[in-house]
Amino acid sequence: MAETEVVLALFSITKQFPGVLANDSIDFELLDGEVHALLGENGAGKSTLMNILYGLYHPDSGEIHLSGKKVTFSSAKDAIDAGIGMVHQHFMLIPVMTVAENIVLAQEPTQAEVLLDVGEARRRVRELSDRFGLAVDPDARIQDITVAQQQRVEILKALYRGAEILVLDEPSAVLTPQEVRELFAIIHELKAERKSIIFISHKLHEVLEVADRISVLRRGRKIATVPKEGATEESLARMMVGREVLLRVEKPPATPGETLLAVEDLHVLDDRSLEKVRGVSFHVRAREIVGIAGVDGNGQTELIDALTGLRRFESGSIQVAGKPYARGTPRGMLDAGVGHIPEDRHRRGLVLEFSIAENIAIHDYCSPPASRFGWLYPRRLVARAARLIHDFDVRGGGPHTRAGALSGGNQQKVVVAREVARNPKVLIAAQPTRGLDVGAIEYVHRRLVAERDAGRAVLLVSLELDEILSLSDRILVMFEGEVVGEYGPDISEEELGIAMLGGRRKAADAA
Amino acid sequence: MSDDKPTGEERFDEEARIEAEEEALEQETPEAVGGGDYAPSVAARVSAFQRAGGAVIPIVTTIFALLMGMVVVAATGHNPLTAFKGIFDGTGLNWLFPWVQGQARTDAAFNLQQTLIVTSTLILAGFAVSFAFKCGMFNIGGNGQYIMGALVSVWIASSWVDMNGSLHIFLAITLATVVGALWAGIAGFLKATVGVHEVISTIMLNFIASYFAQGLVGRGGQLQNTVDTSNPVSSDIAPKTHLPVFWGDPILQGLHVGFFIALGAPIVFWLVLYRTTLGFEVRATGFNPEAARYGGVSVRKSYILAMAISGAFAGLAGAIDILGWQFRLGVLDIQIANIGFIGIAVALLGRNSAIGVPLAALFFGALVQGTSTRNPAIQDVFDPRLAGNLSTIIQGLVLLFVGMDLLFIWLWNQRRRARHAATGAAQQPQGATR
Repeated sequence: MAETEVVLALFSITKQFPGVLANDSIDFELLDGEVHALLGENGAGKSTLMNILYGLYHPDSGEIHLSGKKVTFSSAKDAIDAGIGMVHQHFMLIPVMTVAENIVLAQEPTQAEVLLDVGEARRRVRELSDRFGLAVDPDARIQDITVAQQQRVEILKALYRGAEILVLDEPSAVLTPQEVRELFAIIHELKAERKSIIFISHKLHEVLEVADRISVLRRGRKIATVPKEGATEESLARMMVGREVLLRVEKPPATPGETLLAVEDLHVLDDRSLEKVRGVSFHVRAREIVGIAGVDGNGQTELIDALTGLRRFESGSIQVAGKPYARGTPRGMLDAGVGHIPEDRHRRGLVLEFSIAENIAIHDYCSPPASRFGWLYPRRLVARAARLIHDFDVRGGGPHTRAGALSGGNQQKVVVAREVARNPKVLIAAQPTRGLDVGAIEYVHRRLVAERDAGRAVLLVSLELDEILSLSDRILVMFEGEVVGEYGPDISEEELGIAMLGGRRKAADAA
Repeated sequence: MSDDKPTGEERFDEEARIEAEEEALEQETPEAVGGGDYAPSVAARVSAFQRAGGAVIPIVTTIFALLMGMVVVAATGHNPLTAFKGIFDGTGLNWLFPWVQGQARTDAAFNLQQTLIVTSTLILAGFAVSFAFKCGMFNIGGNGQYIMGALVSVWIASSWVDMNGSLHIFLAITLATVVGALWAGIAGFLKATVGVHEVISTIMLNFIASYFAQGLVGRGGQLQNTVDTSNPVSSDIAPKTHLPVFWGDPILQGLHVGFFIALGAPIVFWLVLYRTTLGFEVRATGFNPEAARYGGVSVRKSYILAMAISGAFAGLAGAIDILGWQFRLGVLDIQIANIGFIGIAVALLGRNSAIGVPLAALFFGALVQGTSTRNPAIQDVFDPRLAGNLSTIIQGLVLLFVGMDLLFIWLWNQRRRARHAATGAAQQPQGATR
């Protein structure tokens, strides 16, 4: 950094919600051309602080200074006018409109005051995307482009509105490892153009890679601001969680038993009738964790759906504990002893409007003791939930608490508790730590190892290479619907990365 | 296992509460509910909105709607207070005041009986909408299901005159309920199997039910009155199938025992939803069909059965109207039937809850009765020709504002936000001095 002008300073920001001190006199400083990471667990107060900066919340006390001048934002519009751009975790784009239309929305170039000047809009979008190296097709519709491209559109939208300060809220959460690389390249480009960036994340290695300085929040307070130099994943994790965290899972070597899940030449179609799983065969034994690595969209989702009866398969066979299941239904696979931690706990894993007790009962509501002859016994659901809440250390509520009111980590604990408590023979964990913070990840990882040691066959599907490498006893790589290689747990991340892109297919066949 | 003491609440430590509350706050804002990596179902979104306003919003909505009605009355040059006093007296609710005595009390009792007759039907019509809604569906077909129920009960009750009275009533009511369920079940079946949207199919089924019924009771129809063939009405039902009147004069259309059937409806509604596995499946499907499917729920079964139970409520409404006070079904009755549609407003205002729907039904029942052109109090205030139109306008306004419920919730949230802004600004200097 050539100069160290302070473009944004937050002084002693305090925000009280009913019963919760979300921000407790937080100071924060952003330098010109700096990437400043805001690190903290879910619920640490990152979102509240940024919503205050973006004018969505009003601080109970404290001041915001932009380039040394005090400002007060009463709405997001004020913040945008002051040059603050925010890229939310969930994109605010209109799917049926084109990229250019979305970017110029609310500030459209016009002809004769009323007509949208499409050519001008397209030109300006092109100019911006060239300048910052954000390649997008201005005429493509949002619904037709990838998530990573949508994120670029959001960044372009902020830049189009004249943002000098960009807030990126968990930008990597929705991206594949390759796309994360590209995002980081974009961030470097933006930095070179002297934009200042606040990068919100709870992924330690990303923060260390992309940020210049790192501020850590914990339970509404700022713990420290440290330069990247000298910070380690361990030191950051300690500040975030407030205690020592095991980043690597310690596990004894696997002692596999009998085969519990056997898949033979499985073919599965996706919703558009394209063949997404093309002749996959593998098996998982008791007391082992088999990891499936692969770039998103290479058939992992369809494979899991077929294994859990949520999707029909065209041909091949699935055997659970030696029994074949030709046309699985969700109920059939549940009864066969397949437990499933789904990849999206909001869309599939939980009914957010249901209480914890009801969510825990979602598989077994229809059999005793939860019900008899169609008559439900809510007290029994509550008693069972109370026990699991205790055993699995779910915090933030009791059996009657709405699942949607829990933090992400505790929501996932509810899902894990439910699946494990059914005592499944096979446990399928799809992206089990997506969107979780360090403490919760540690918990889920330890739990999966414990379930392995309890005699279950664990199938882990993850896009996080770290996770695959640290948990798996055997690693399968999926590429374009096929298993292109099987590796031991000691394969390097680089080798695995190449295999995931299909590079080692020949070598794997030869081996 | 049921005698295990819940231990969950004891684990409520401060740290966890902070996490939960913040997450909850983010969930509560409409933005958070509307956007996201998955699209919440309509039922889930409405549920989030309702947590925001509680019972306050429907009450404010109702008051505002009535005020707007007064403005319209004032615009016609009449005294809105006199007019609304007239409407109130017309509902018979003044019977509840001990100081209303003599002839006024007799009139009030009669009016209240009429109000409660309409309320009974509306409670059932409201639940016909609410039950489907709990499964994430809009049952616009309450009217058609009501007509089918009325038609079946008229057919049963006007045939087999030698049957035992109680059995005859039981048969008419049961078959009307079953046919209402089947009629709505068609829409549920179409949604579950080929994905036809229930709004489209139920609207279409309304037309089919209406013309089918008109054809049967109209001139030359199989169910047309055999005594008076000049009128397009059905035969009268056998006198022994009339529902007993327990309050008022049976000749003057007193309150029949169908009222108690309607009062039982919220209990059935609540028990089915919250105490049966079927209700569990219906609610899970309504909030998040994908999560329900993952859980092992047959989403198709939920759709079909939820629609059928909705239709059962509507069919039952048709039966108690026929057996309770109408005693015959004419082409004109079918053409002007709008109970199923008012049922939508009842469900909306009553927030699809077991307690809210009966209260909303009472409100709309009172409104229908109080603004009825037969209400002499109204005719005192207005020209009789005007009264009918004004009644319709007031009813329409209330419906409009009830439909705009969500707007009021939005305003409510804005107000809260503005208040936060005001206190935030007031404390700003304080923070600066630190």
